Amino acid sequence: MSTVIRRDPRGEWIARNRLHPLHSLLQTQQARWAGPSGVLRKNPHAVGFIGPNALRRIDRSGAEQGVNVRRMAQPEAQLPLHQVLDPAFYITVVPDMVGGRLTAHDRDLLGLAHQLAGSTGAVLAVVFGEHKEATFDTAGIDRLLVLDGHEYEGYAPEQRVQALQALESQLRPQHWLFPDSRDGGAELGRRLAARLGERPATRVWSVKEGISVSRAGAGQQDLAHAVPRLILAAAECAEPVDETRHEVLPLALAPPALRTLARIEDKGAVAVDPAAVPMAESEFILSGGNGVKDWPLFQRAAVALGATQGASRVAVDDGFMTRDRQVGASGTWVTARVYVAIGISGAIQHLQGIGACDKVIAINLDPNCDMVKRADLSVIGDSAALLTALIAAVDAWRHGAARNAA
Amino acid sequence: MKNNVVTLVSVGAHPTSGRARRAEQDARAVELGLRLAGKDLQVLHAGDVNEPALRDYLGMGLPGLQVLEQPAGTDALPGLVAYLRDAGAQLVLTGSQAETGEGSGMLPYLLGEQLGWPVVVSLAEVERIENGIAHVLQALPRGQRRRLSVRLPALATVDSAAPKARQSAYGPSQRGALQAHEVEVVADEWLDTAQMQPARPRPKRLKVIKAKSGADRMKAATAKASGGGGKVLKGVTAEEGAQAILKLLLEEGVVR
Repeated sequence: MSTVIRRDPRGEWIARNRLHPLHSLLQTQQARWAGPSGVLRKNPHAVGFIGPNALRRIDRSGAEQGVNVRRMAQPEAQLPLHQVLDPAFYITVVPDMVGGRLTAHDRDLLGLAHQLAGSTGAVLAVVFGEHKEATFDTAGIDRLLVLDGHEYEGYAPEQRVQALQALESQLRPQHWLFPDSRDGGAELGRRLAARLGERPATRVWSVKEGISVSRAGAGQQDLAHAVPRLILAAAECAEPVDETRHEVLPLALAPPALRTLARIEDKGAVAVDPAAVPMAESEFILSGGNGVKDWPLFQRAAVALGATQGASRVAVDDGFMTRDRQVGASGTWVTARVYVAIGISGAIQHLQGIGACDKVIAINLDPNCDMVKRADLSVIGDSAALLTALIAAVDAWRHGAARNAA
Repeated sequence: MKNNVVTLVSVGAHPTSGRARRAEQDARAVELGLRLAGKDLQVLHAGDVNEPALRDYLGMGLPGLQVLEQPAGTDALPGLVAYLRDAGAQLVLTGSQAETGEGSGMLPYLLGEQLGWPVVVSLAEVERIENGIAHVLQALPRGQRRRLSVRLPALATVDSAAPKARQSAYGPSQRGALQAHEVEVVADEWLDTAQMQPARPRPKRLKVIKAKSGADRMKAATAKASGGGGKVLKGVTAEEGAQAILKLLLEEGVVR
C-alpha cells in the first residue's frame, strides 16, 4: 500500500482559522500523554475519526484514514520484473490454450519451465492461432511466438509439427515441454517426439535434481529417469509462477515453416446431443433456478443454444428437473467453460459447484445477489423476456451466418 | 470392398489386482476392427506367445492371432514396422497407451513416422471408407466429436470414446490359434537406464495463502468466491441483454 501523505492546504487553513466552524475538528488532539505523576493518560475522544455521516468511526484494522491525511489511490501491486536479456538457452513450452486462454495445466507447465530455466534461460511459449490471453506476463512467459496463419487453423497437427520442427532447427531449445492432456498437447508432443527422434518422458509429475518421475503403465508404477529433452507433463507437475512478471518479448520464426500437404483433413465439428454429454464435463451449461417460471421456455432456450441443462437444488426439489441435473455441492461439480445461471441467486453450495467454471453469466432480478457478484456478465431483468429475446437473437445469428456462408 | 484392417494388441493389467488381462483400449480397437472387417480382421501382438491373457482377445470371436515373439523389455517397433510394411493393411488400429511397461503411448506415432502413414488420434467411429479415403469421427474432450477425412493407409488410436468391447467367450478363446513369428530382438537401452518403482501417491496441492497481514488472511479464509468486477447490465431491454449475452457466447465459441 502506498503511504504517500498528501498536504491538505485547505485543511491547514481551517486549522489556522479559529472562527471556522470546522476548526475544532482539525485541531491535532493528543491521544495519549504521560500525566504529572507519570501515569499514561488517554483521551477517548481523540480515537478514530468523524465519518461522512457525522458519526465517529473507529477502525481497528490499521487502515484508518484520518481527516487530515490524504493518501494516493492505492495502485495495483506490481510484481518484480524478471528479465532475461541474452538467454543462454531456451525452454520451449507449447500450451494447450483451450478457448484461447492458458489453462491451469498450462500455468503449471510454465512453472516447471521456469524451474528448468533458472535465471539464465528464457521460457518461450509457442501459441497457435489467435488467443484471448492477457496475463502472459504473470504466467511466466519471457518470449512469445504466435503462429496465426490460416494453415494452423482448425485441426492441423501435421502443419503444427512442421512449424515446431522449424523452430527446433532455429533455436535448438534445451527442453520441449508439452501438457500431457487430451486437449491437444499429448498428441502434438508425441508427434514432435516421433519426428525429432527424441524419446520423451510422458505423464511426468515431478522433476527434481535432474530426475524426472513419470507414471508408467496404467498408473501402478513410476518410471524415474534423467530428465529428457522432451517432456510431456501431467497436471500439477509444478507450482505455477506467481511472484514475478515477465517480458513477453515477441519472437519470429526465421524461415516460415513449409506448408505440408495435409493428409488429415478437418471437416469441422459434428453436432452432438448436448443432453447426452455428461454434465460434469460439459463445456456449456444453461442452468435454471427458482427464478425460472416457464420451464418449457427454458428447455427451448437450451436446445436453441445447444447447451447442456442444469439446475439449482431448489428447481430439482420442486420437481422441474431430475436429480442428476443438480449443480452444486450435493449434486455435480461442473467444469464448464461457460455457465449461464438463470434465476439462481447463488447459494454458497451452488457457487462451490461452479468454482471451476471460466465464464459465468447471470440473469437475475436481484442485482445484489451472490451470483451477480460471481458472474462476469450479469443482466438484471425478467428471465422469461430475456430467454425469449435470446432464442430470437440466436436464430437470427444462425440464419445470418448461414446466409453469409452461402 | 474388403477392408484390410490390422489391430495391434498388448497385454493389460487389472487396475486393482494387477493381474494380466486384455487391455481395455486394445479390446475396443479389436471391437472396432471386427465391426469394420469382420472375420478378416488381423490381430497382431509383439511379445510372449504363451501369455494366457492373449486368449481373451481370441474369445471375442477371432480365428487367430499373430504374435511376433520377443522377450519382455525389448523394442517392439522394428518387428512391427517390418510386419506392417508387408501386411498390405489399409487401417491399423491400436489402443492409445499400454497398461503395462512404460505406457508412453509413443508406439502409434513412431509407427506412423517410420511407415510414413498419417496418424489419427482417439478415433470414435469410422463412418465410411471410399476411394482410399476414410471418413472418421474423432472424439474430443468434453464429449465433442470432429469429422476428419484421412488418406489411407493410416494408423488410428482408440481410447475410451470408442464402442465398448464385446465380452470374451471361453469356447472361442480356446479354439483360436496363436501363430508365432520369429523376429529380430532389439534391446531397449533407454528403458534399461530408467528405474521402475511402485507408484508413489502424488502429493496433494495445498492452497497457499500469501497474506501479509492478519486482515488479509482473515479475508482469504472467509471470502466468498467472487469474480470481482463483472459487468452488470441494469435497466436494459431484454433485446439488448440478449445481444450482450450472445456476444459473449460467440466470443467463447460455445454457440455454433
